[in-house]
Amino acid sequence: MNIANFLPSSAEYVRILPEIILTLVAVLIMFLEAVLKDNQKGFFPGLSIVGLVGAGAGALIAWGDPGPAFQNMLTIDGFATFFRLLVIGVGILVIFSSADYLRREGSPGGEYYALILFSIAGQSIMASANELIMIFIGLEISSIASYILAGYLRTDSRNNESALKYFLLGSFATAFLLYGVAWIYGITGSTNLSLIHQSLASASGSTALATAAAALLFVGFAFKISAVPFQTWAPDVYQGAPAPVTAFLTVGPKAAAFAILLRVFLTAFAPITAAWMPLVWGVALATMTVGNFAAILQSNVKRLLAYSSIAHAGYVLVAVTAHSGDGSAAAMFYLAAYALTNIGAFSVVAYFSRKGEQFVAVDDFAGLAQRQPGMAAMLTIFLLSLIGVPLTGGFFGKFYIFKAALDAHLVWLTVLGLLNSAAAAYYYLRLLVVMYFKEPGEAAENLPNPGAALRVAVYASAVGTLLLGIFPGWVLDFASKAALR
Amino acid sequence: MDAVLFLVFAAIAVVCAVNLVIQTHPIASALSLIGVMGSLAFVYLQLGGQFIAAAQLVVYAGAIMVLFVFVIMLLNEGKERKVKMRLWVRWAGLPLLALFIALMAFIVQRVLPAQQSVKFGAFTSGDAQSIGTKLFTAYLLPFEVTSVLILIAIVGAIVLARKEID
Repeated sequence: MNIANFLPSSAEYVRILPEIILTLVAVLIMFLEAVLKDNQKGFFPGLSIVGLVGAGAGALIAWGDPGPAFQNMLTIDGFATFFRLLVIGVGILVIFSSADYLRREGSPGGEYYALILFSIAGQSIMASANELIMIFIGLEISSIASYILAGYLRTDSRNNESALKYFLLGSFATAFLLYGVAWIYGITGSTNLSLIHQSLASASGSTALATAAAALLFVGFAFKISAVPFQTWAPDVYQGAPAPVTAFLTVGPKAAAFAILLRVFLTAFAPITAAWMPLVWGVALATMTVGNFAAILQSNVKRLLAYSSIAHAGYVLVAVTAHSGDGSAAAMFYLAAYALTNIGAFSVVAYFSRKGEQFVAVDDFAGLAQRQPGMAAMLTIFLLSLIGVPLTGGFFGKFYIFKAALDAHLVWLTVLGLLNSAAAAYYYLRLLVVMYFKEPGEAAENLPNPGAALRVAVYASAVGTLLLGIFPGWVLDFASKAALR
Repeated sequence: MDAVLFLVFAAIAVVCAVNLVIQTHPIASALSLIGVMGSLAFVYLQLGGQFIAAAQLVVYAGAIMVLFVFVIMLLNEGKERKVKMRLWVRWAGLPLLALFIALMAFIVQRVLPAQQSVKFGAFTSGDAQSIGTKLFTAYLLPFEVTSVLILIAIVGAIVLARKEID
């Protein structure tokens, strides 16, 4: 064996540029956290954003020379680039929305920003992984950082509950995933997605074992995207975690988990599509229905948005069920639109909840429109986008998903999905009604003006949501070219 | 012989695993877990995975189990149970055990001649050298990225366990 064959070329280093930049900046922040005085640490959010912008640029540079890297561990293609840019963008918005929140809760700290950057590095690895081992490590980096972030405000018992539940159930999901990987290795003799595809395509005879392995992997992924029946952790975790972290958890790790779900099931498991499709069909329907109908019953806004996030995972699963290039592109577009919308919505909730998150009940939002019309208008945009009203990103997201489902002859799933999104309008509209037509209560008294960083997060998300609703072609063209088929 | 050894250790693993679940005393469960790990290590050895077998013993049955037992101790879980030993048990136990092992060794040696004893499977690349080579060539990136994973785990432990200085 000649070791020189294994030395990575410089092109391969360029292909992991985003991960390198994110890791270096995160380590730099931890180093500065140790050596600087407390009053010198105000620039950490800025430094993180510089790092994320650099990583985004790195992702674009890497895209200029696509191909495999490090013995086919990673593959840098349009799909990977799309999700890399998506999670990096999510990171930028979350950091804008966190800075004020952490100051308010009296817990600024370099570790928070370092963990966000590490988590995004893990998600970026997931987006480009072409090997089950890399998928696993990326997923663990992203997940472990998320567990810690969920419990970041250590003295708050809701944070502790959230982190513990997330950790226990997340580890459980990881065990399923690894068990599935072991099965796949036993069946095909490889953990590389392309080789698994070849092996399954050329195999003759029963696909029962491969289907069981696919089901185990799907259970692992379903936990991470909070699909029914593996959604039970989501409401508690999303309710208990600090609001900006919840915003991050509902979009960052979820988008990356969908990236690996799409890549594994549309490439490696493509030869056994007929076997896994009914499974995903059922899970998609159950996820939409349970998410929406449970959300109707909620009186806590964070919990309501948590169930809504479950329901939205169901819509994306509809696109996965369509198992086509269009379906994959629709899922990518939807995840981008949902990321912008949800971060915006949670940022407004974070701002409005005040110190210690006292005001997070639906009724507390009464009269917000009179006290802070700007913020209320932004929340309106986000809620309308979650409903899927035209001129918002959510509309085109749903439109493309159901169009892809119809093209794949999933008529019943489409009909039930549309009925679901009609039912969902009820609970979003209820929040709007409370906000606009009720007299301000105690919660709306002495509401301070939002800080500059938070305003950036909210307005940028709103502009993004509207742009996706008015000019969907910009993102959709990229997604269609990059989609897996 | 392979099949017999495999069945013996597989059975031990399963019995210990069941025992692990049904025991009410945490230390008894922990000891059963060591049984599972040990017999699994043997199964790996039979498959030709020498390195994995050694790692299984050193890391799982050794280091991780010690952590488990520490945690059980720190949580004060479960009352200690004292078993009264008769005098002759105390004195005769060890010699009898040695005698039993010697007898077993004698029987095994008589029944099974040395040349056709254990063979470690057809898989030959399970030794430390081939695993090391793979780790630093084909699997270089996962190996390096794992260090980030461990770094995060350390940061997390510090974040969640620190005392507020102010």
